[in-house]
Amino acid sequence: MKYIEEFQDPELARRLLDDIHATVTRPWALMEVCGGQTHTIIRHGIDQLLPEQVELIHGPGCPVCVTPLEVIDKALEIASRPGVIFCSFGDMLRVPGTGRDLFQVRSEGGDVRVVYSPLDALRIAQQNPAREVVFFGIGFETTAPPNAMTVHQAKKLGIPNFSLLVSHVRVPPAIEAIMTSPSCRVQAFLAAGHVCSVMGMGEYPELAARHRVPIVVTGFEPLDILEGVRRAVRQLERGEHTVDNAYARAVRPEGNPAALAMLEDVFEVTDRAWRGIGVIPASGWRLSARYRDYDAEHRFSVTGIATQEPAECRSGEVLQGLIKPHECEAFGTTCTPRTPLGATMVSSEGACAAYYLYRRLDLAPARTAPLEASPVV
Amino acid sequence: MCLAVPGRVLDIGEKDGTRMATVDFGGVVKEVCLEYLPDLQVGEYAIVHVGFALQRLDEESAKQTLELFAQLGMLQEEFGDPWERAAAEAGAGDGDWPFADDIAQQPHTGDAVQEAQQQ
Repeated sequence: MKYIEEFQDPELARRLLDDIHATVTRPWALMEVCGGQTHTIIRHGIDQLLPEQVELIHGPGCPVCVTPLEVIDKALEIASRPGVIFCSFGDMLRVPGTGRDLFQVRSEGGDVRVVYSPLDALRIAQQNPAREVVFFGIGFETTAPPNAMTVHQAKKLGIPNFSLLVSHVRVPPAIEAIMTSPSCRVQAFLAAGHVCSVMGMGEYPELAARHRVPIVVTGFEPLDILEGVRRAVRQLERGEHTVDNAYARAVRPEGNPAALAMLEDVFEVTDRAWRGIGVIPASGWRLSARYRDYDAEHRFSVTGIATQEPAECRSGEVLQGLIKPHECEAFGTTCTPRTPLGATMVSSEGACAAYYLYRRLDLAPARTAPLEASPVV
Repeated sequence: MCLAVPGRVLDIGEKDGTRMATVDFGGVVKEVCLEYLPDLQVGEYAIVHVGFALQRLDEESAKQTLELFAQLGMLQEEFGDPWERAAAEAGAGDGDWPFADDIAQQPHTGDAVQEAQQQ
């Protein structure tokens, strides 16, 4: 878009920062929900430019990070079966399951393929009618409509050898869980803009009113983040708590009606476990009864999997905003992008990866162990 | 994975009964499904995620937002407290707005991914 460079304009950023500095009078804690926003914040040092009173807490909005270990292990099990072509987005390859990851399954002979779009996986199924093709369908409300459309297409085109391993999650129940947690410090949310591009803003007014918390729909460019912070701080200083759209160029209040209709048709809401957090009621989607034939869990009967999380990984606390990545003892020592203990270190949207990648080690307490030479995965 | 990116529609066609487009992401061209934005036209911009156009990008709204940002400084100069502003600039304004290349490395897409795609 021709405005992209302008949304990174340093002069306009300075004006927004000035306004935030002039507005804030006391400490406030804001949570950015989306991992993409976390990366923008850390990459551009936005948290360091804000007034000291404004703290940004990183939320659980990284789909790779919150996918439960049990689902990762199911993926590993299915991908290991003979005759299966297991398709996934690239981010999932090195997410640790119990003892191994998809990359290792591939090196052991599993046919694991990386696709750009779920429709690519459907095409692979069409081209390989004698094989079972499974797509790893994880993600938030932004990713669920493409996966829903792909299953819909599989049914419409009569492609019998395609199925979806589903672990979709929804943002509003996560906000609810964070706000009702006894340790919650969050006073305002920067809501994930692209989630709202699909879902609209209808789910938020009730949340904002009930928890008396401002929710500002926010984009992903540096100026978008600053404007989200500016609007949230203004509301907090005035004692307001409404839903505000600071990303109007991509978010309509009603969202995307065609995508919403497809979600309604293909999925149904279910309780879902979040890695490191636990079960959040009504926080996920699974395939509805009409599409049960395309559910890989049913097709491959993956049950009785024993999971085991590494004891020293504190990603659950990172995901809930209770600690910053560098406050974990394993950060940068036993846990690096090359040897990740948890998904937050390996995911391209993970908070631990952001701190590691952009060398935000100046914030870390004194640490003697050397870091790896290269921070790149 | 969850990140959606803006792209411009180059042309529109049909595949397996589905409305598809080729979309330009600043030089990288990919095939994109238009089923969720069926009235998107050639030349328009959209937010695209994993091969699906999810929302039209409204240039008028983008322009209005940028104008608001530009006006913020002028309004402050007109109505704001010059002492407060000077103090704020002293605290934050050393001209070191870190969009500099030394901090902003390329976000990691993962060697593992590239390797997997090449194989």
